[in-house]
Amino acid sequence: MSGRSGHGTAAGLRLRVDFIACDGRGVCAAALPGLISLDDWGFPVVRDEVVPGRRLADAQATVRACPKLALRLERGR
Amino acid sequence: MTGSGLLAGGGLLAGTRPRLLYPGAGPARLAEHTARYGPLPRGLRRPQRETLIAEVGRAGLTGRGGAGFPTARKLAAVAAGHAPVVVANGTEGEPASAKDRVLMASSPHLVLDGAVLAAELTGAREAVIVAHRDVREIMDEAAAERARAGLDRVRLVVRTAAEGFVAGQASAVVRWIQRGVPAPTATPPRLAQRGLHGAPTLVQNVETLAHLALIARYGAAWFRSAGTPAEPGTMLVTVTGAVREPGVLEIGIGTSVGQVLEQAGGSSAPLRALLLGGYFGTWVDAAAALGRPFSSAGLADLDAGPGAGLIAALPAGARGLRETARLARYLAGESAGQCGPCRFGLPAIAGEVERLAAGQDTDTGLLRRWLGQVDGRGGCAHPDGAIRLIRSALRTFGAEPGTHR
Repeated sequence: MSGRSGHGTAAGLRLRVDFIACDGRGVCAAALPGLISLDDWGFPVVRDEVVPGRRLADAQATVRACPKLALRLERGR
Repeated sequence: MTGSGLLAGGGLLAGTRPRLLYPGAGPARLAEHTARYGPLPRGLRRPQRETLIAEVGRAGLTGRGGAGFPTARKLAAVAAGHAPVVVANGTEGEPASAKDRVLMASSPHLVLDGAVLAAELTGAREAVIVAHRDVREIMDEAAAERARAGLDRVRLVVRTAAEGFVAGQASAVVRWIQRGVPAPTATPPRLAQRGLHGAPTLVQNVETLAHLALIARYGAAWFRSAGTPAEPGTMLVTVTGAVREPGVLEIGIGTSVGQVLEQAGGSSAPLRALLLGGYFGTWVDAAAALGRPFSSAGLADLDAGPGAGLIAALPAGARGLRETARLARYLAGESAGQCGPCRFGLPAIAGEVERLAAGQDTDTGLLRRWLGQVDGRGGCAHPDGAIRLIRSALRTFGAEPGTHR
């Protein structure tokens, strides 16, 4: 989960989950394979790295698609 | 509840007298309190507030609730906001800890002084005192005494704290006051920006506020005359388990762990391990820890820290894994249940630790994967704390399973 400084700049966007809001429907993991997987209980595990530019549009669409509004794109660490 | 008895013997603070706990039979009345400490500086104007916040910074006071955040920075952040509010956190959800209750039962006015001062320093008109139910009446009485004396311009409101382990977490305290729900809220927003009823909110542990009230009177240099240069001042510690006189002590930060145990009457049996910090603290080998300073720096390479000031002594012959299994099951039950990894992961992990402690077949690879899957994945630090505890148990008691039933 940690130890990766990511490859973009510090201003890059990272995926974040608000676990209080999330109820593990799994929409995000299905939409963003490679960036989001699921843990043993079905809750999203996001890669702690800057979202690569070529996947940014998909990531933004997934953020909008989360039924619980629990997924965010945030700048910096 | 009788921490002051331990302090009556004196000599606990190498060269320093106890600062926070009242040496007589508490709770100290307002007159006794004022006679001991002198008046609290009041009616601070803006430049004086800034000077005093800077003085708190020079004193190096950090939060005594467990997180250890620099108090001056928190004060400055909240003071920068509009119409803030102060919350004195005396929830003490940590079951093994008694230091906040002992402090409030002994020196309620020192805590209220700190709350009033924090309000003045940040420009708040109101301070909410959230007191553990054991000391609610004491705090009520102390607040009423002050009201009768017409002492404070700041309005003091006393509330009974919610019970439960996560209830003491800062955002949970705010949500408890506001909505009657003692569960953490998501960050952002930070409480310093948007907390109680949307106002910038300073949530500060009651012991921290008591220290603040003394720094305002006696200054940074005095505060730094105890403790270490990097971690100045004193702290309250709860010593429990296999010691002769369990209770609450005030120590200079950096006093060796062994000396702290001596001050609690010494160990009542040969010791196997110590739990340092609290229920989400760290198990360490007793032999490795006794000579260490009880400070963040002194314990860092043991992956431990003073946390909320707890030392629990586990005697040789006791089963550390079994004790940990009990704690893990407790912590699983104390999850606010809001976040999936914590709600489902902690009970699963507790089950594995129980099997391990019972010497049953376990898959430690699975346990380690789950520890990784829960760590850092909650809205608050509850799961992280539980994981730290269990990892430290595996390090410290790893060779134990199978040798005991």
